[in-house]
Formats: sequence, structure tokens, C-alpha cells
Amino acid sequence: MSYQGKKNIPKITSERLLIKGGRIVNDDQSFFADIYMEDGVIKQIGDNLIVPGGVKTIEADGKMVIPGGIDIHTHLQMPFRGMNTVDDFSQGTKAALAGGTTMIVDHVIPEPGSSLLEAFERWREWADEKVCCDYSLHVDITHWSDGIKQEVLSLIKEKGVNSFQVYMAYKDLYQMSNSELYEIFTFLGEHGGIAQVHAENGEIIAEEQNRMLEMGITGPEGHVLSRPEELEAEAVFRAVTIASQTNCPLYVTRVMSKSAADIISQARKKGNVVFGEPITASLGTDGTHYWSKNWAKAASFVTSPPLSPDPTTPDYLSTLLASGDLSVVGSAHCTFSVAQKAIGKDDFTQIPEGVNGAEERMSIIWDKAVVTGKMDENMFVAVTSTNAAKILNLYPRKGRIAVGSDSDLVIWDTDAVRTITAKTHHSAAEYNVFEGMELRGAPMLVVCQGKVVLEDGKLNATAGTGRFIPCSPYPDFAYKRVKARKQLAVLKAVPRGMYDGPVSEFSPMSRGGTPSASTRTSPSKTPARNLHQSGFTLSGPEEAPIRPAGRRIVVPPGGRSNITSLS
Amino acid sequence: MSDCRRQWNREDELPVYLAKPISTGPSQRHKSYGYTSIDFQQYAVGRNENRSSRSSSRERIVDGDFEAYEISGGTFISSPGERDDGRPGVEITDQTEKECDCQNNGKSERLLIKGGRVVNDDQSQYADVYVEDGIIKQVGENLIVPGGVKVIEANGCMVIPGGIDVNTCLHKPYLGTPPVDDFYQGTKAALAGGTTMIIDHVTPQPGESLLEAFEKWQEVADKKSCCDYSLHLDIPHWHEGVKEELEQLVQEKGINSFQVYMAYKGLFQMPDSQLYEAFSFLKELGAVVLVHAENGDLIAQEQSKILGMGITGPEGHPLSHPEELEAEAVFRAITLGNRVNCPVYITKVMSKSAADTVATARKKGSVVFGEPITASLATDGSHYWSKNWAKAAAYVTSPPLSPDPTTPDHLNSLLSCGDLQVVGSGHCAYSTSQKAIGKDNFTLIPEGTNGVEERMGFVWDKAVASGKMDENQFVAVTSSNAAKIFNLYPRKGRIAVGSDADIVIWDPDKIKTITAKEQQSALEYNIFEGMECHGGPVYVVCQGRTVFEEGKLQVQQGTGRFISRKPFPDVAYQRIKCRTKMMSKQGVSRGIYDGPVYDVPATPKYITPSPSAKTSPTTHQPPPIRNLHQSNFSLSGAQIDDNVPRRSGHRIVAPPGGRSNITSLG
Repeated sequence: MSYQGKKNIPKITSERLLIKGGRIVNDDQSFFADIYMEDGVIKQIGDNLIVPGGVKTIEADGKMVIPGGIDIHTHLQMPFRGMNTVDDFSQGTKAALAGGTTMIVDHVIPEPGSSLLEAFERWREWADEKVCCDYSLHVDITHWSDGIKQEVLSLIKEKGVNSFQVYMAYKDLYQMSNSELYEIFTFLGEHGGIAQVHAENGEIIAEEQNRMLEMGITGPEGHVLSRPEELEAEAVFRAVTIASQTNCPLYVTRVMSKSAADIISQARKKGNVVFGEPITASLGTDGTHYWSKNWAKAASFVTSPPLSPDPTTPDYLSTLLASGDLSVVGSAHCTFSVAQKAIGKDDFTQIPEGVNGAEERMSIIWDKAVVTGKMDENMFVAVTSTNAAKILNLYPRKGRIAVGSDSDLVIWDTDAVRTITAKTHHSAAEYNVFEGMELRGAPMLVVCQGKVVLEDGKLNATAGTGRFIPCSPYPDFAYKRVKARKQLAVLKAVPRGMYDGPVSEFSPMSRGGTPSASTRTSPSKTPARNLHQSGFTLSGPEEAPIRPAGRRIVVPPGGRSNITSLS
Repeated sequence: MSDCRRQWNREDELPVYLAKPISTGPSQRHKSYGYTSIDFQQYAVGRNENRSSRSSSRERIVDGDFEAYEISGGTFISSPGERDDGRPGVEITDQTEKECDCQNNGKSERLLIKGGRVVNDDQSQYADVYVEDGIIKQVGENLIVPGGVKVIEANGCMVIPGGIDVNTCLHKPYLGTPPVDDFYQGTKAALAGGTTMIIDHVTPQPGESLLEAFEKWQEVADKKSCCDYSLHLDIPHWHEGVKEELEQLVQEKGINSFQVYMAYKGLFQMPDSQLYEAFSFLKELGAVVLVHAENGDLIAQEQSKILGMGITGPEGHPLSHPEELEAEAVFRAITLGNRVNCPVYITKVMSKSAADTVATARKKGSVVFGEPITASLATDGSHYWSKNWAKAAAYVTSPPLSPDPTTPDHLNSLLSCGDLQVVGSGHCAYSTSQKAIGKDNFTLIPEGTNGVEERMGFVWDKAVASGKMDENQFVAVTSSNAAKIFNLYPRKGRIAVGSDADIVIWDPDKIKTITAKEQQSALEYNIFEGMECHGGPVYVVCQGRTVFEEGKLQVQQGTGRFISRKPFPDVAYQRIKCRTKMMSKQGVSRGIYDGPVYDVPATPKYITPSPSAKTSPTTHQPPPIRNLHQSNFSLSGAQIDDNVPRRSGHRIVAPPGGRSNITSLG
């Protein structure tokens, strides 16, 4: 197996590793086998492997060995109003590694009006310098024009980006109109990209925000009150509709509420190609904290779409995740310090949005879904890693333990229990939205690019060792169905003779934005005639009925119409 | 069935709707009438309250008790019935007559409909109906009526309230040409089908004054209409000036329903934020918001795509208006309605998915009403692919008929179970030559199908005759529900004392083959051509006059009256009012956050002004660096490991007061 991204691999002095006695868990099956890795690639899998001497051997003692997690949604070092999120690529990826995640996919957010390519290069620069694990990038389309089209095309073809996010919220900033969404989805559908969508109805949010502020609600509770669950569901529904019209695979980022998740599962039942991504926070906690008396605590939960105040939401989402209706779990890790959040202390619309979750992601899923019996270990691997790899077209290089795959793997300790607290987490944020939660399941050992980076609770990550992994377009996971449908969905006109019957006189006026070019083709206009004198009829033989007088009509030079009669 | 025969005319059942808000009359009636024994007890209680003197045995009622009235000179005197002992006569005063100002002097007949089964939306009973001055005066058995009354023998046929067609466009011009069915042709067709009232859409052009358009419509309709009518107003675009006109229309002109469009991009379409404002404003006025639900942006895209593919015929219409776009817009409209807490009425539910969306929303408690139309209940969109251009074009309407042939059946099921409430016709008749304006470009085909005449017949045929629906639900969906939603009940939509004498004698066994040759409409085609329809009116009384008898119509232009409607219909607004009270939101009272605030350049985010972003007094001072672990800031209670040294935090701006206290949980 060879990968086009391989040339990017910097020569690293990789260890030779043998993991003995582990139970390899992929998304399809689990089996006991040893794994031998060399040069950051899995070389052998099986029993009684013949390996060179001097190999570092790790005893797994029957524990689960799973593919390293892929966090498909992070915002590390994200610039926002002149500041950056407190977790940069180094801090953020360290947190990810500590939680068993060995690859992240970050969002490039260009300023509206600026070049996507430049923004992409800037992000590459920031990341290459600091990142501790492999990474890839989504590019957000914050405005749309023909120039952007070219940039998107070159990002897909040359830069290794296959997923682009658009926004249905953030009115007057990032928000796209329905027609723009239609064009973007059409374009991405043609070129093998994945359309990611931030689904919330920005128009109504803007109205609701004004209403809340007018009512004197300025605290973080205003955030959730002005972004009710329905608006998320509505936008998801609309996005699904547009995607299905344009035959483009859709990926809904941050599924935060039951109703939004329901829409996705219904759409999937109807056969739409749509993927839903709940995030760590929506699986692990709920939105009741927005009403906390402690402003800083309430503000720390502010993210968009907001966490649902319905406390049964996390349970519901993990059920849908377990049943496969939601496909993949991201973290949407986007951490602002309390001081940064406090920009919005007197106006909730100013609070920078984002929660932590990169480190807790895998454990939360294990605790909420696997320990509770909703999900088996294979599904756990699918939603934390394999599905993401498939969507990004990185499978089986990532997301699977197989010969030839990258040696990103985790020995998962199902019995470990840890209490989440801001004091011990690896993020630079001084709060943690999961503060005090006791989670079962944690990584015991993490191997990233063939090197042990987490062992005995100690993290040995080196900034700048991560590689950019280019994603190629047309991932099979999404596009196999889309391609087949494209072949089927060829629309054909009905071949009819020319309509040569009378055409009514009318005053030309453009309607519905469509040009009325062909409206005046009937050449002449003659005095009124009774319709019952015409041979025009719609059904069966005519028995000279007495018809009410018709209206003024234009008779074509050919006289009576024939092709318009049924016979 | 004879159990349920009883008199209807008690003084508390006089037309209270004219004096008071209509809620009291009908609700009492609902409670006190019924033909089960349990209901009789309720009935008895009601009677006791109303007439303490009449405490004689209840069995009489069961036996078919009745009251009789002598009528002289428009004054009602209730006299003791033959079998009723010592009941004081009740005089019903001129009040009744004054309230009948709506009648056309001298023209109205005195009518007695004998031997019919009166079917309302809640119950059916055998009773005679006596009509005078365009008002139902008596309902019961063995009525005492003056001589010279025209007697109609119903022979056990159903006697139902005349239909109300809530969606017609009889004067909606397309590119300057009006539809071929004007108010005269259209209402004639309506009457022939058993519909005795229509509600037409006033469609002002963008930029036109709503009031002027309304007056124009009213003028035309007053001259031509043969049956009572009312008007919906379509709001072509939203701006501040519209508000005043709307207020005037609601408060002075008697309009309580307004339509907004989510489709017709560049013409009528409103963006979500305007819809939000329109909904908020109309809710304050107590109006019902009618929504044409289709995603106009996507339709415009699809249209140009399909034209680009060389598809110009009518099949391009359903291809560019796929079902999903309707469902999406319905969902969005309901979301808006929920947000604003405003009742939403979806006009023209044409597809399964849109209907399902309405049904799901109702299950979740949204105040939403769905209106399928004759065409969507009786036919489907497969005809768009007809080789005959004129036939295909005849079906063009928006949202289009669904090409899925199981759609009519599904919609009928939802209508029967109450998930959809009202059947309109969407009658908007353009002749074939008018349709031919779009012969080379389907987007120019004027939209609209016929259906006003066939409406009641097809609901009977598809839903009642097939066993999905009973006769009471039939009355509900064709008449009563419409009257309730648009605040006409019980004046319209019910056969009861004091209601308008709009009555239809319905023959469930009548079989009619629909054909353009025999229709009342001026159209030269009929989209239901050749379909056999079971059930139809044999006799139609409109405003107390016989207008349809033995297959013959006797109508007169200009006899229709404009029926004004009050805002805040109970069926829509009772829940809304309660919810408004419940939904007042409150902020959390917190101390002022006095912790560190990050220094940002004052760039406004979104459209919200950020006046308060700079209130922290220490803005430009170079912030001292401090470790966060020195602050007593914590997010969740006292921590066990409070003394463990923390990683160094980020640069922050310390407020002048130093450490923050209220931000700690303690």
C-alpha cells in the first residue's frame, strides 16, 4: 500500500514497537493478535510474529488495542477578534493525545472577503510549527463568488482538502443564503467534496437576540434562549433538503439537540447521504448550566448551537450514535479563557463561543455509550475513528489496525476511572465543562506515528512532529451512492409537438426572476372568438356543448389547434 | 336515532355571536347536546340551570320531546308544546330581527326542510329545519310554522351546513389578465357543488396599497358574487408602512387572515427575518397567518437548472418544485410560528411529506393548520408528463401536485384523522390560451387548477365513501373547521338556531361523472375529467334562498355579502394566549461579573451593537501577569486539590478591584 501523503513524512527516528497480547478492535471485528510496527507503519499483525531483535515490547495483557481516535472537528489557535483560542496547536494536540486521539482535523476560517488559499496556508504554517500529531484541515467557506470557486477547486485538487464548511447562522458575517448554499453544494457535489454545515437559522436568531436584549436578558441564558433547539432542527432540515436537491453529501457539524438528531435520522431513513456529528459536550453534558448563578461557569458553556437545556439530550444522542444514525463524534474543541469569555459579560451575543472536549471525547463516549450497554466496542471504534477516516477518505491509512496502516493506536483501559477537572486536564483553559464528572474508560498507552507518546500517565509529545495528511476527493463512503444516483437522475423532457393553440394576450412582466424571453412568440393577434368554435378539447369526442364565452385570445396563423386535443 | 330528536330553540341559543364573542354559545351547545345517555344528564343539568321551572321527567326528551314556536310578524313566541306541561312561553324579541340586517329584504324565502338528518360536525340527528329571513329559526321535530311555507322533503337525506371554500382566487390577475372564473362564474360553480361561502385571496402587486387592493376586490365581489364571501389578504412584501394598513384591515375591515409567501423569489417571497416580523405583528393583531410554503430560493435555482437542461414543458414545473422544498418550507414556517407563538395555517398541502410535517408538528403541540385542496385529494401529478401540452399545463399549480400516485390517499387519511383540518379548492382558473403564455417556458405558465365545484364531492368520494371518515368529520373539514379557524362559527359552519341559512341537502348515493362539458366553471377543461364522484348536493340553500334544485342553478349576481371576521379566533388563539402568559422569560439575576476581561478591539459582532464591550475600566494599562492558581476562581465548588500548583494561565487583564469574588462558586 502506498499513500500519496507519504512524501510529506519527515524522516523521523521511529521506534520499532511490538504490542503483545492485545485484543485488536476494529470497527468490524475484534481478535487477539500481536502488532509489529516499524517506521510509523504497521508491518505485521498476527500470532508469534518474527521480529528483529532490540524491539521495544509492550505487554497489552489482553486489553483492547484500538485505532487512535480522529477528532474531526477542532478549532485550535483560532483567531477571534484579535485574540486566539488559548489552546494552540501544541497545547490542543497534547490534550487530544492525552485522551487517545491521534489525529485532529481543524477548521480554517478565512475572514469574509479574504482568500481561502491564503488562509489555508496560514493555518498550515501555524500547525506545522506546533502540532504534535497528524492533522488535516477543513476549510470554511465564509463568502461565495466565482473567485472562491477556483480556490475551492485548487484546494480540492492540489492541497488535499475535501471538506468545506458553510454557515447557515451568523447573520451578516458568515451566513449564506439558500441560493448560495445551493450553488456551493452543487459545486462540491460535482467535485467530490463534502459539504459541512453549521446548521442554525441565523435570521431568526438575530431577531431573537434582539428580543432577548430588549427584554433585559443579557446573561449567558440569553444565548440558549435566543437559539432554541427548533432553529437548529429547522436549519438541519433545510440543509438536508438542499443537499438532496443538489445530490451532494452533507455533513452536519455539531448536532446538539434531539430534534436536530431526529431530522438527520429521518433523512437517513429516506436515503439521504447525510452524516451527523454530535460533539463531546452534547454527549456529555446539557444546557442547564446556562442558568448558573456563576457568570463565568454559565459563559463557559456558550457554544453554537447551544447545549440543549433538556437534560435527556445526551442520553438520546448517544442512543442515536449507537444505532448508527449519527456517524461520528467530534469535539469542537474551541477554548477561550474566562477573561476572553468576559468580553460578553454585559451582552451574551459578545461571548466568544466554544467549549473544550478534545481530551474527554473518547472517554465520554465510552462512559456514556459503551459502559451503559448501548454500543459495542466495534461501534466505539467506528464513531471515534473509522467513520471519520472514511469520510475524509483516509481509510484504511487511518482508522484501522491493519498491515500498512499508520501506527496510530491506543491501548484502551476499560476499567480506568478518572475524574475530569480543570486542574489536571491538558488544555490551557482554566475551566472544564465536564468538571467533576467521573468517567470510566481511558487510554493506557498511546502510540502516535509509531512512537509512544502516552505511557503511565505521562505525555511525551514533541511539538512540530505532526504531519499534514492530505485528503483526496470523492470518498467512497459518501460518494458511491451519490455517483450511482447521478447516473439515474437524468431528467428528460417530454417530447411533444409544438403547442399551436391560442395564446392569451398578456402584458409582459418578469416573474420569479426568470427571464421571459420566449413569451411573445405568437405572431398575430386577432379579435375575440368563442372557444367553443375551436376544435380544442381535452377529453374524448365533442358533442357541441354550449360553452361559456371564452376570453380574448390570440389565434395563431395556422388556425385551429390539433396537437392539443386528446385523442 | 329518534332518541336524539329534540328542540334546538331555547332562548340561550339565540344568535349570541352577534352580541358577544362567539365562544359561549357553541361551547354550551357542545356540552349540552348529545345522544348518549350520559350526555343526557349533562343536558338535563343545562336545562335545569336555564329553566328552573322545567324540571319534568327527562324521559320525555328521550321520547322525542320538542318545543314549538308560533311565529308572527318576526316575533318568536315559544308556546307550550302539545306534550309539554306548563312550560312558560318565552318571547324572543326583535333583537333577533335586528340582527338579521344581513338579509336581503323580501327576497328570502320561508323554507321548511322536512325529514332530513341534520349533520353537524359533532353529531347527526333527525330534525326538521325551518328557515326565515336567511336565518335558521327552528330546528326540531313537528315544528309549528306559518302557512305558505315552501316545504322541502329531504326524505332522510343528509342536511349539512353549506360548504366553506377557504381558498379561491377568483380575481387574481396573471400578467394583467384575470382568471376566466370571476366572482360570478366562480361562486356559481361553488354553489353547484354545495359550497355556500368562499374566502377569496386578495393579491396586491408588490408596491400596491393593501387597502386599495382590498377595496378593489370588495367592489368586484359585491357586484358579482352569488354567495357570501370573505377575503384573505396576501402581503406581497413587508415594510413598516404595511403595519398601519394591516391594523386598519383587522380592526375596521373585518379581515383576520393574511397570507405570506415563502416562494416566488423576486416577487412575493419574504426572507425569514421579514417573516418573523410579519408573524410577530400579525399575532399581536390576532390574525391567522396563511403561508404559501415552498422554498423560493431553491425553486429559482432548480428552474434555471431545468430550463438549462432544455426542459421547457409542464413537466419542468414539478421537477423544479420537488416535494422536499414544500416540506422544508412547511417545517420552517412552523418553526417561525413556534418561535413567535403565532398560529400558522399552511395553504395548499400538496405532498405527503408536507402533510407529515404538519402532523408531526401538531403532535408536538404547535398551533398549525393544514389545508389540502381538491386537486391534491383527488388527483396526482403524473399528468404533468402528458404528451398533450394543454392537458399537462392544466395541472400546473404551486406547490405542484405530487407525482407520487399514493399522495391523495395519504392526504385523505390525514384529513380523516384530523391532522389536516380544512379542504380548500385553490380554485384559480386560467383558460388554456392563458396557460399557453408559458408554452415555451414552464415558468411562465399561470398557476392554478379548478376545484371549487368538485371540492365537497371528492372529499365525500375519497374519504367518506371509502370509509376513512364519517359524515360528521366530513362536515368538519368542508365547513365547520374553516368557520372556526376564521372566526365565522357558529354563524357559518353549523346548522343551529340563529345560524345563517346556508344549507345543503346531500345525497351520498348520487353519482356524477366530472366533465368540462357540464361544469359551471368557464374553463374549457377540467383536471378531474372523466372521474366518477360519489355523493353530491341535491338541494342548496344559500342565504335562505334555494339556489340549486333538481340540477338547476338559480343564482343572482351581487347577492353575496361580505362577511367580516373578528380577530382572535378561539380555535387558534385560546392556546396562544395561554402560552404567551406562560412564556415570559426571565434573566438570571447574578451579581456583576468583576473578574478579568480580555481586551478586544471594538469590532461589532453580528448586527448587535456592542455598547457594553468596553465597560471594564482598565483598558489600556499593560496587564500584569498573574497566575490563575492564585485566584480563588473556580467553577465547581471547593476543589480537593486546591493547593496543587496549576499550570500558568494566559495573559489576562486584572480589574482594579483585584481578585474576583462573585465569580467563584463557593
